[in-house]
Amino acid sequence: MLHYEDFHEGQSFDLGTYHVTRDELLSFAREFDPQPFHLDEAAAVSSVLGGLAASGWHSCAILMRMICNGYLNRSAGMGSGGMDEVKWLKPVFADETLTGTMTVLSKRVSSKRPEMGILKCRWELRNVAGEVKMEQVGINFMGVRAP
Amino acid sequence: MMGLHLEDVEAGQVFGLGSYLFTRENMLEFARAFDPQPFHVDDEAAARGPFGGLAASGWHTAAAWMKCYIATSQEAEARRRGEGLSAVGTGPSPGVSNLKWLKPVLAGDTISYRCTVKGKRPMVTRPQWGLMFSEGEGFNQAGERVFSFDSTVLMARRPPLS
Repeated sequence: MLHYEDFHEGQSFDLGTYHVTRDELLSFAREFDPQPFHLDEAAAVSSVLGGLAASGWHSCAILMRMICNGYLNRSAGMGSGGMDEVKWLKPVFADETLTGTMTVLSKRVSSKRPEMGILKCRWELRNVAGEVKMEQVGINFMGVRAP
Repeated sequence: MMGLHLEDVEAGQVFGLGSYLFTRENMLEFARAFDPQPFHVDDEAAARGPFGGLAASGWHTAAAWMKCYIATSQEAEARRRGEGLSAVGTGPSPGVSNLKWLKPVLAGDTISYRCTVKGKRPMVTRPQWGLMFSEGEGFNQAGERVFSFDSTVLMARRPPLS
């Protein structure tokens, strides 16, 4: 099990791949973000996004799943207080395969809670051509093995 | 956005977005698909975990804000149609910042969401669009602020009079 001590500034984790099916894209959009450019091919093509694109919040959810699979669910993760930045740089289209990385930007132990480490991380979601689709910078709380 | 053009919004305007009930079922469904951390999917682990019980994924809290925002916008669009006006639509967003999960959202919590306009400016590169800057928030039934973020969204500009 990974703990705070196992994460180092500058360290990167590969988050594997995730294929976004058209069905999953539509299903998320119908439930949480039913805008025409997330639901309707014809409306999407003539929109600013240029094609049927995933909700930005769906991209966040997908990256979260990749983070869980990549390292978090074999760690002493304690949740997150938030994200400094979420940048939706390019639309995520139906039937794209995505890759992800996490990089540790800095680390410290909470002054109030010595059992909790605070990792500042950057997460990136790319397509297989290497284009960055989304970037997040934020906090991941991580249990300290030996407080 | 809310059936309004960029010209119609001013800093300080507050839009109530309605509320979303977080149930054990919808929390587990979301978390199993997207955020299967023990404190989101496993009752026993959650009881021992950082939130003292099963908590909603923070991205579920965020997605529910969006659901309420779009539903409120679409109701406003329907009123416009009723008045014989054409649709304005909602624009995409380049991102959000200062997103904070301030308190855990637990099963049975009803979160009321709102959106406060902070500022706006026309876009130089896309003259038919402007940018609106706003703050999104969520409050639980006890009135505690559980979620907030700053967002930027594209808003259509009012077409020139012909």
